[in-house]
Amino acid sequence: MVSHDVVNDYKLDNGLQVLLKPVHTAPVVSNWVWYRVGGRNEQIGKTGISHWVEHMMFKGTPNFPKGRIMLEINRNGGVLNGFTSQDYTAYFETLPADRLDLGLRIESDRMANSLFDPDEVTSERTVIISEREGHENNPAWALNEEVKATAFHVHPYGHMVIGWKDDLHNITRDDLYNHYKMYYGPHNAVLVIVGDIDVDRVRDRIEELFGSIPAGPPPPSVTLREPTQQSERRVLMRKPGQTGYFQAVYHACEASHSDVFTLLMLESVFSGASFGGSSTHRSARLYRALVETEIGVDASASYHPSIDPGTFNFDGTVRHGHTLAEFEAALDSEIERVKEELVSPAELEKVIKQTRAQLAYSMERVSNQARWMGWLEMLGDWRRFDNLVDNLAAVTAEDIRQAARKYLRSSNRTVGWFEPA
Amino acid sequence: MDLTFQTYTLSNGITLIVKENHHAQSVVIRGRLRGGANLDPVEKTGLASFTTSLIRRGTSQRTFAQINDTVESVGAALHFSCGRHLTTVSSKSLAEDFDLMVELMVEGLTSPTFPPAEIERLRGQLITGLREMQESTRGLAQRYFRENLYTLEHPYGRPFNGTLESVPTITQADVFAFYQNFHPQDGIFVVVGDIEPDTVYQSLEATLGQWLPPHNPPDTSIPAPYPLEAAKRHVEVIANKTQADLMLGNIGPKRTDDDFYAAYVGDTILGHLGLGGRIGQVVRDREGLAYYARTSLMGGIGADPWCIYAGVNPVNVEKAIDLILAEIRRFRDETVTDQELADAQSYLTGILPLQMETNEGVANMLLQMHLYQLGDDFISRYPTLINAVTKTDIQTAARTYLSDETYVLSIAGPVSLPS
Repeated sequence: MVSHDVVNDYKLDNGLQVLLKPVHTAPVVSNWVWYRVGGRNEQIGKTGISHWVEHMMFKGTPNFPKGRIMLEINRNGGVLNGFTSQDYTAYFETLPADRLDLGLRIESDRMANSLFDPDEVTSERTVIISEREGHENNPAWALNEEVKATAFHVHPYGHMVIGWKDDLHNITRDDLYNHYKMYYGPHNAVLVIVGDIDVDRVRDRIEELFGSIPAGPPPPSVTLREPTQQSERRVLMRKPGQTGYFQAVYHACEASHSDVFTLLMLESVFSGASFGGSSTHRSARLYRALVETEIGVDASASYHPSIDPGTFNFDGTVRHGHTLAEFEAALDSEIERVKEELVSPAELEKVIKQTRAQLAYSMERVSNQARWMGWLEMLGDWRRFDNLVDNLAAVTAEDIRQAARKYLRSSNRTVGWFEPA
Repeated sequence: MDLTFQTYTLSNGITLIVKENHHAQSVVIRGRLRGGANLDPVEKTGLASFTTSLIRRGTSQRTFAQINDTVESVGAALHFSCGRHLTTVSSKSLAEDFDLMVELMVEGLTSPTFPPAEIERLRGQLITGLREMQESTRGLAQRYFRENLYTLEHPYGRPFNGTLESVPTITQADVFAFYQNFHPQDGIFVVVGDIEPDTVYQSLEATLGQWLPPHNPPDTSIPAPYPLEAAKRHVEVIANKTQADLMLGNIGPKRTDDDFYAAYVGDTILGHLGLGGRIGQVVRDREGLAYYARTSLMGGIGADPWCIYAGVNPVNVEKAIDLILAEIRRFRDETVTDQELADAQSYLTGILPLQMETNEGVANMLLQMHLYQLGDDFISRYPTLINAVTKTDIQTAARTYLSDETYVLSIAGPVSLPS
């Protein structure tokens, strides 16, 4: 995916890690700053604070007053955004290559100088509550919030990144500012640039713009560990509606664990490779067992590697006229099957080719290349998936069977039903 | 910027455009045929979409499962879909699998079998999807916006995925009859990626180029929509929701209308620049009423909508509507500022390299250029077209299409809404 010899990986004296990769296929550059903070770093009563800080990063600094950041990027023919996950917060600008400097100036400025004007905090509170209410309108989202909260008793992965509504009412301007000061700074960030760049010139400019930002103290580490689940947990959400939704989450391993490649293969066997690009699930097991049999209208498995142990997930939509119990029984028999029978060599080969193709599609965009490197670095090491296809190809059918037996146990899962009333 | 490509005409009249890009390992194919939901019989709305979805579900050579296996085994994608005027065929694969994708595509176009079991499977999925849509505030706001703007008598007013009334009535005979609309005349195929143009031509000429159905091409013309004469307001109540979605707007220009570029630059100012343009600035940024508030100017073959949409808490619906109407009034009454115009122009011209970064982006551009007869030199002329738009042009377009008095407003959300 990313060959080592063309990536410049270095640190400034203040701790800012920099990853630069020249790609000259189009006159475009993608500039990303990643911070090691997300839902994972939040305390009870302050959930959603990382995402709210992300919103405030568009609300102005002394050099780029409110509204200017987006406007300046647009004016220069670029696009930008920010997003917050459970493990990280990221910002990017993708621009015509000769406009990279603007992106660098914005990111260096807001790394230390965002204002958090109290009036802006007030107006953004209702925007974020509105964002949450938009999600609440979606029954599958509402079910997922309950399922996560039930699956995790201790670890912060149990709350949605947007946070609980009461917390969004209660978080103060000072809470937000303190969170910003604790987690934002060169010591807790990674700058990733991929595109049509002159590496030497960009290195000089990064030193000028970021080199003088002081490093803060190391942020507190997350030490919470989820206790081993002892028995199956179930969520039944019964609300007005017309459609049933099913979810099941099994506690799984973290990104640095050696099982990660096996779980990615297991995911692909259930519902096709999913590294971006095209959908490949309709020849996979869950579609055959749940959609072609007309019990569901969709069904998929997903595993997203995370810093701390996350979950291996199943979800689906029940076809009108069928029941959640039928859906669950059909899914369970597919899970039992993978624990008993070895996956065929042809199925494994298909998944490998799908992965190879999907990575090729995804890497056509410089923004995706930068996103891939930054994401992996947040999980621990941007080189982690350098030989992804080879690592996946090394997974055996027996490895997959053993992983299914290890993780996909009913005592390790939380099942959620949204049953229309 | 420049864009060089090869153009060919196949024996059956299909135009083929090929753009080599050896930086990427993939090949993208996009094909368009005349006719889409505009050919739906009134009582069978959704038939075009139903038929195109079935094409991939069985041909004389392969079953649905075999097609899925073949496509997915090489990590490719193959889709048949339709819009209001056109049927689209698209694929993406590694270059090494290009011939396979052509074979599957041509097989789908020329020998679909529409198996009864697949018809029932698809019908069940669509019905579940339509039931989900009845719970979607955004989906229903959109549906009733269109229905009120164009009326159910016009194809643009009808939901092209069908309804809970129409989908159960579609038969295999309906589907076969609709398939008779598929015809190569005026068809356009674009291929972009790691491939030689002459090789592509030879491959497509030997396969797609030989497709010549024995029937005539369909008449795809549709009547112009009736202009809106009075304001209409539709409220759809959905229980158990916390947010309401609203859409407000009018019938906009066609892509080929002379004032399209003025509307396009104006729309960028009204609802896109920065955080959703003027609308986003007021509704989201200043008042904090919504997470999203922006505009949409569709401008295709026909007169598509030009509208504003937002998701807001039910108690803020009226306030949001007032703010939106005030912005429309200002957009009509006053010209935009010099700075706004310059910003929009530099955004729309500057973003071209980003839009053309991928094979899909280039393929979409080439399709637009052909479909709307924009000319082979469109990319080099584009900055001139955008920069020629004046403040007065924008105001004229705003007054032509948008109104703060005569408009359709559609709201879907929880019961506390005023109606």
